[in-house]
Amino acid sequence: MSASSTTPLSKGTAGGTTRRRRRGPRTWLAALPLLAFTGLCFGIPLGAIAFGAVTRTDPVSGATRLTGEHLARSLQGPYLGSLVGSVQLSALTALVGGVLGVLVAQAVVTSRSQALRGATLTASGVLANFGGVPLAFAFIATVGISGVVTQLADLTGLGWNLYSFTGLTVVYLYFLTPLMVLVIVPALDGLRPQWREAAQNNGAGGWQFWRYVGLPVLAPSLLGGFVLLFGTAFAAHATAAALVGGSVPLVTLKIADALSGNVLTGQENVALALGLDMIVIAGLVMAVYLPLQRRSARWLR
Amino acid sequence: MAAMTPTPAPNARNAPDAPDAADARAAGAGAVPAPAAQPRAARRPRPRVWRGAVLALAGAYFLLPVLASFVFTVHVPGQGISFEAYTQLLSADGFTRSLLLSLGLAAATIALTLLLAVPALVAVRIGSPRLRPVVEVMCMMPLVVPPIALVTGITTVLRWGPDHLSRTPLYQTFLAVQNPDFPFVLVLAYTVLALPFVYRSLDAGLRAVDVPTLVEAARSCGASWPYVVLRVLLPNLRAALAGAAFLTLALVLGEFTIASLLGFQPFAVWIVSISGAHARMSVAVSVLSLLITWLLLLLLSRAGTAPATASPGSTRRPRISRTSRTSRISGKES
Repeated sequence: MSASSTTPLSKGTAGGTTRRRRRGPRTWLAALPLLAFTGLCFGIPLGAIAFGAVTRTDPVSGATRLTGEHLARSLQGPYLGSLVGSVQLSALTALVGGVLGVLVAQAVVTSRSQALRGATLTASGVLANFGGVPLAFAFIATVGISGVVTQLADLTGLGWNLYSFTGLTVVYLYFLTPLMVLVIVPALDGLRPQWREAAQNNGAGGWQFWRYVGLPVLAPSLLGGFVLLFGTAFAAHATAAALVGGSVPLVTLKIADALSGNVLTGQENVALALGLDMIVIAGLVMAVYLPLQRRSARWLR
Repeated sequence: MAAMTPTPAPNARNAPDAPDAADARAAGAGAVPAPAAQPRAARRPRPRVWRGAVLALAGAYFLLPVLASFVFTVHVPGQGISFEAYTQLLSADGFTRSLLLSLGLAAATIALTLLLAVPALVAVRIGSPRLRPVVEVMCMMPLVVPPIALVTGITTVLRWGPDHLSRTPLYQTFLAVQNPDFPFVLVLAYTVLALPFVYRSLDAGLRAVDVPTLVEAARSCGASWPYVVLRVLLPNLRAALAGAAFLTLALVLGEFTIASLLGFQPFAVWIVSISGAHARMSVAVSVLSLLITWLLLLLLSRAGTAPATASPGSTRRPRISRTSRTSRISGKES
């Protein structure tokens, strides 16, 4: 707080009602609560993760020293397996969901029906939000061991198992495909009909149009969508926890196990190290996604 | 542009009916997905078949789990149809308690998030543009941290209470925020998770309003600063505020990861806890919560596409930002 401030802002006044006689000088006070809050409630836990991941506190003497062992352990054995499993599942679901999303979006964009378009976009907005626990139970009731469809079509006899890598893939696609539709429809809209006409006038066939015009224009959006889907699948925990509970090695489930002490005591630091691994990967994902999003916006004017 | 191979024989197969619709389309109105009709050269009827097949398959995949779940809840093998799973809900042990806890948490989270975000964003708009990147980064940072990783940090911090702070007044605070009847620590965590969505919603709302002009007009008519903010700016943000509140509500009602790992039992955790003993009921609750969430989000998208909130020039941008914003919820909580 500046000393010259005659009307100190009480924290949490609604609507930033700082009384100022002239414009500007003390408006930043209204932003202070937000910055203080994020610093406290987000910064401190984040610092605790980083600190706990690279230090070891001796329980007897209470001395704390730097160590790389937690991070090293989080990249070995079953922990490494869970990281790899998460990356594999996220990459596969992002790829399949991306392709399916593009197909649905293209079908909607090329159709002349406004009603279809509106309905699809609204439904996608809703379905992309439908993750977590209810989704897991909906799929258990549908294609679980005693699920309705499983009983009707005898899926178990065909070797179907919902509580597996394949099963998780099918479930994840339920919210990843609509997400891709939402991301990619604006980009497909940006493909102007004139470009296709110009290509045709110059004698390009359908394949050549896509090869030299369509895909290069769409590439940033496609890649950005893939990366976003990957990050979403990678961070997902509730669905997997309610569905497989640990039979599929995923890093989110491993962290939950380590935190709830299901493995061994003294695993908290490894959980922190795994959390740090996740943050690094998610940070890389965002670092790729944001520039791509800006680049893809070029054609959407 | 691409290197296209010109052919000596000009291929003069123009699209028969293509007016310059694209420019009109490029300036389509706001979030309404209503571009002008796009005539495309319909060369062969084949795309029709392809499109129908894709949409039919997608429709089947997305509708089947919902329908099958409903059948699962009302059809008891060997007994026929019974609606017991729904009728017994209200008397189920813990249902009302966990639902009320979730709703209370949601209300507190919405209040806290808006109290923090609205003043900051308005201030950035009208007086401190240099703070803008700072506020944006602070609000967007939580997107990079998966909730499960955030939980590891929170549990570590909470363990400091008994370990290091037991002789300080802070310790009482640590105990108070973990009161199982109303765990305020969850409100703090959910506020962190909700900030990115709330920020985007409010930012889109503020972008659609000409804030400097409104403020100057109101000021030159003699309005005081509080009046400007409360009676001029906030009414213009009504849709954005409603959107932010809806998203936060959906996020809190469905949140499982943080609550379960910190050992509290709001609604989503309760659903999982009964799934072993009452499979049918847990599916029934899932169907209900799905329908309610859909209803809320449908209302939200209706509110968001009201023409009043759209401004020319903000084509599709709100649509993109809102969709990617809503989509993150599933990401955070799936």
